[in-house]
Amino acid sequence: MSTGIPIHYFLILATIMFFTGVYGFLTRRNLITILMSVELILNSVNINFLAFNRYLFPHKLEGMFFSLFVIAVAASEAAVAIAIIINIYRRFTTINVEDVNEMKF
Amino acid sequence: MTSNQIMFILFSLMITVFSVLTVTTRKILRAAVYLLFVLVSTSGLYFLLNYQFLAAVQLTLYAGGIVVLIIFSILLTSHISQKFESPGWKKTAFSAIASLAGAALAIITILDYKFSATTQAAKEVDMRLIGKSLLSVDYDGYVLPFEVISVLLLAAMVAAIMIAKKGGPAITKSPKFNQE
Repeated sequence: MSTGIPIHYFLILATIMFFTGVYGFLTRRNLITILMSVELILNSVNINFLAFNRYLFPHKLEGMFFSLFVIAVAASEAAVAIAIIINIYRRFTTINVEDVNEMKF
Repeated sequence: MTSNQIMFILFSLMITVFSVLTVTTRKILRAAVYLLFVLVSTSGLYFLLNYQFLAAVQLTLYAGGIVVLIIFSILLTSHISQKFESPGWKKTAFSAIASLAGAALAIITILDYKFSATTQAAKEVDMRLIGKSLLSVDYDGYVLPFEVISVLLLAAMVAAIMIAKKGGPAITKSPKFNQE
């Protein structure tokens, strides 16, 4: 491989990033910081896809297109999530997940 | 040590440090800025792997689009100087145990596995090939996911505008509403 880095390093880096995101998802209470943790998780998965594609299947492009679609899905997810968060803030004047506990009108 | 390895060490250190800071800092705007650093370093990794198109997409869409969206919503919904109360030690301890155990399990599995690379020649990823693959209906084509993702993006855009629109039922707070 031209880069001179074993594939394991990329995978371990993505693992660390993924579980950092999981930790943030479990401990945070603010909706926006939870969204940031989800973005971290999605990014680490993208690194995995690209490393696999480059090291194990360099004659194909599946991993690259899959990460492209993951990025598109992440973008639309962020847009809808932030619209919902702003709406929640308008209604409850807080975005703390523990204070937002009713859905009934 | 080649320059590739030096750059990889730099990027991975940045990603590790700043992603930990993103989930542990107690000021929300700082968390967003640390997330921006993580995303930019990730795009550097893509450049290292020779996926220039995806690195550019990462820079423009993630670092340029999503982080700006997040920062705007932070400014709309939070006081910047306000600090989070730290989560209780119980929550912190159990979440840390869960993530460390998961990470240890995954890393042990990765180190154990013998990856076997193919001997086929690497394909050069240029813009023309990406465009042709995205719009081709052959075996290697991606026209169906491309169309599905475009419909999804349109639906997400319409949904975001509908939800965040002012004057909807959310703001009236009346028990009955008849308008859309």
